[in-house]
Amino acid sequence: MSVIIILVIVGIVVASLFLIGFIWAVKSGQYEDMYSPSVRILFDDYKESANNDDGDMLADNNIPENKYKNDKISNQ
Amino acid sequence: MSCVHCGEDCGKHPVMWEDKPFCCNGCSTVYQILNENKLQKYYDIQPMSGIKVEQADVGNKYSYIDNKEIQDQLLDFSDGGISKVTLFIPSIHCASCIWLLENLYIMHKGIIASSVNFPKKTVNITFNDNIVTLRQVVELLVSIHYIPEITLDHLEKKESGKSEKSLLLKIGISGFSFMNVMLYNFPEYLPGGDELSSMFTRFFGIMSFILALPVVIYCAKDYYLSAFKGLKHKMINIDVPITLGIITLFIQSSYEVITGDGIGYMDSLIGLIFFLLIGKWYQGKTYSALSFERDYKSYFPVAVTKINDGKEETVPLSELRVPDRILIRNQEIIPADSILITGEANIDYSFVTGESIPVTKKSGDNIFAGGRQMGSSIEIEVVKEVEQSYLTQLWNQENKKDNKVQLNTLINKVSEYFTVIILLIALVSAVYWMFNDPKLALFAFTSVLIIACPCALALTVPFTFGSTMRQFGRKGFYIKNTDVIENLRGINSIIFDKTGTITINSTMKAQFIGKELDDEQLSIVKSLASNSSHPLSATVKDSIKNRNTFIVENYREFPSLGISGVVNGKRVNMGSCKFVTGKDDPNPESTNVYVFIDDKVHGYFKIENSYRPGLKSVINKLKKVYQLFLLSGDNQAEKKNLSPLFGSESNLLFNQSPADKMKFVEERKKKGEKVLMIGDGLNDAGALIESDVGLTIADDIYSFSPACDGIIESSRFKQLPEFIRFTNTSILIVIISFIISFLYNFVGLYFAVQGNLSPIIAAILMPISSVSVVAFATFSINYLAGRLIPDF
Repeated sequence: MSVIIILVIVGIVVASLFLIGFIWAVKSGQYEDMYSPSVRILFDDYKESANNDDGDMLADNNIPENKYKNDKISNQ
Repeated sequence: MSCVHCGEDCGKHPVMWEDKPFCCNGCSTVYQILNENKLQKYYDIQPMSGIKVEQADVGNKYSYIDNKEIQDQLLDFSDGGISKVTLFIPSIHCASCIWLLENLYIMHKGIIASSVNFPKKTVNITFNDNIVTLRQVVELLVSIHYIPEITLDHLEKKESGKSEKSLLLKIGISGFSFMNVMLYNFPEYLPGGDELSSMFTRFFGIMSFILALPVVIYCAKDYYLSAFKGLKHKMINIDVPITLGIITLFIQSSYEVITGDGIGYMDSLIGLIFFLLIGKWYQGKTYSALSFERDYKSYFPVAVTKINDGKEETVPLSELRVPDRILIRNQEIIPADSILITGEANIDYSFVTGESIPVTKKSGDNIFAGGRQMGSSIEIEVVKEVEQSYLTQLWNQENKKDNKVQLNTLINKVSEYFTVIILLIALVSAVYWMFNDPKLALFAFTSVLIIACPCALALTVPFTFGSTMRQFGRKGFYIKNTDVIENLRGINSIIFDKTGTITINSTMKAQFIGKELDDEQLSIVKSLASNSSHPLSATVKDSIKNRNTFIVENYREFPSLGISGVVNGKRVNMGSCKFVTGKDDPNPESTNVYVFIDDKVHGYFKIENSYRPGLKSVINKLKKVYQLFLLSGDNQAEKKNLSPLFGSESNLLFNQSPADKMKFVEERKKKGEKVLMIGDGLNDAGALIESDVGLTIADDIYSFSPACDGIIESSRFKQLPEFIRFTNTSILIVIISFIISFLYNFVGLYFAVQGNLSPIIAAILMPISSVSVVAFATFSINYLAGRLIPDF
């Protein structure tokens, strides 16, 4: 039964890692802007698209347009 | 055809560039700049999302940024050639904006990196100040129509997100402890849990004690502080019973753990704090890009051009003294009360008074701060310091509002009785057990305090009002905080400002009075009016539709008098009565534009304000419930139109100065009335602050508005009665939720007074009551808001 004690300690350690991760995320300001990262990840790197000038249009067409349509985001 | 850049209608003669239509040169210039830099993708991400700016001429407007002192205030950081700046750009609105602003480095090699904070509408730019100056960075942004708002206000306060961060941390920590402690207490609740070996009970007890420490000491400290503050002011707020509950829970549980009696109520305790913090977070989420606390600092310029022995010099506004001489250029704002020395002053007070027609001043005249110079540069001498100027003083009563403590909120009244009753029950049951079974007396006493800890009660208000605030925001009514809901419900008088509030500033109606003009004459009038940018000319021009225009020769503009020219071979004068006829206007109550064509005065255009759509139904709905007043800084011209609407003439007051308005609100309040003031401009600033609830109406909610409790989008004005009525619904939901949470308390108390409150009952009752109350409040508000405030 004493294995439970080890399990509890392991559990605390794992949970603490997540807690530390959360504290780091808050302190580094990741909760300040919840919108722009979601859009940013969909942008192509500028240099790539600049290199293949004509193929560039193709790359753009791949972007699902609907993703950007919600320009009225609740201002919270 | 719509403009490739901004999507607006291009009209009949679009500006063409590379076969693409643009509505104006400004838009096409931005397109060309982006094209040169191979940034056309801006238009692919979200088509036609560009920003239209009519006047793109920058000139020397941003020269003040070169001033060292101002630069130091603006920059977040500057060292060894690398500088960082955060600029507030209200026009950020879509994914394209983020993309373009984060690719600024392509447009200028001096810019190292930039990142956008979307909800705050700011961009953080890192640049190499050996290659590019801050002024150039700002001008680059202006050139692509992302105009940063640089005001004194933004210079002074930087970063205010600290309290939000600490709340998130508290939630994280208490959540962490809550989950773990719940796990430790769980075996106790299972059948046969009491047979657990005492070693485990001790171990789990000690572990939960350790985990509870940071929660009780750090996460919950705001509640102790608030309770303490309340008691100091001799009032019992909701935080008093909460603190009482937390402390009793903690002492009782710690005692059980230390003596090895049991495992205590640590899970309920931590859960309680966790839920409370979530409620606080939900309620506290506000609109980060909107500002409700604006004072004159966010309206006035950061720096002014001082004239020193004939030399121009940029100085920060804070260094402006009496009797400095300063230069005000076209479109600049007068920062302090002054006297006009030289130049042709044509001051637009539209934001101060709501009056859209510029006022002309002669040299030697007084000029009040807050107006905007239109036309050529003028030289003025400062007679009062910025903070002592007439308008700034009215505005500076901000502190007044901050000191207003929320004394009589519903929740505080309830918690006062609640606390007293709970303490009584606790004492009575303790005394009862003292005589019957003394061992149970203390336990019954603490049990009552524990189970009655008003967790559900305390969550009701944050969730009900928080949801209401969100629903309002979704429908175009933005309030400063949740207190506004309760204040709005209590009002019994509503005071409207006229210009800009119930009338629309930008659109005026022109009605021709006199013998009807024929087609040719209408064309002539339209042609002449098209040449002038004066608001009255624009109104006259817009009132004549579907006519061709002629070429105007010998066009001349006489400031504050009128315009003249030769159109289609005929001599035309238009303007004030004095200018056109040489006599004083026989109809001085209204603003009239007289028309003179070919030796003859044909009549005049009567310019009338147009009322907001839906005004009539708004007034009619509100009239039934509230006392309505109208305060106007204008003359009585509109009295005839308005008195049938408002019902009685005595409630319509005209020629009211900003100070009069404030005094009027003060008087109504002295009579015991709760006043809602609805205004829009600086002239209402004093009254807005003085009133119980001050709302402003804005076409663009991100543009400047005076300090207030809420901003309503002008398109939603017609729903104002619904918004106000909905606050009653919110309070009703709060009361029903109170009743639900009291029912849970009765069940809990039933066990507590008998002295057999086991941890499992506490562990079940507390979360269930909280969750059900929260769910009830949130769902019913969201459902009812959809029903009662329909989306058009």
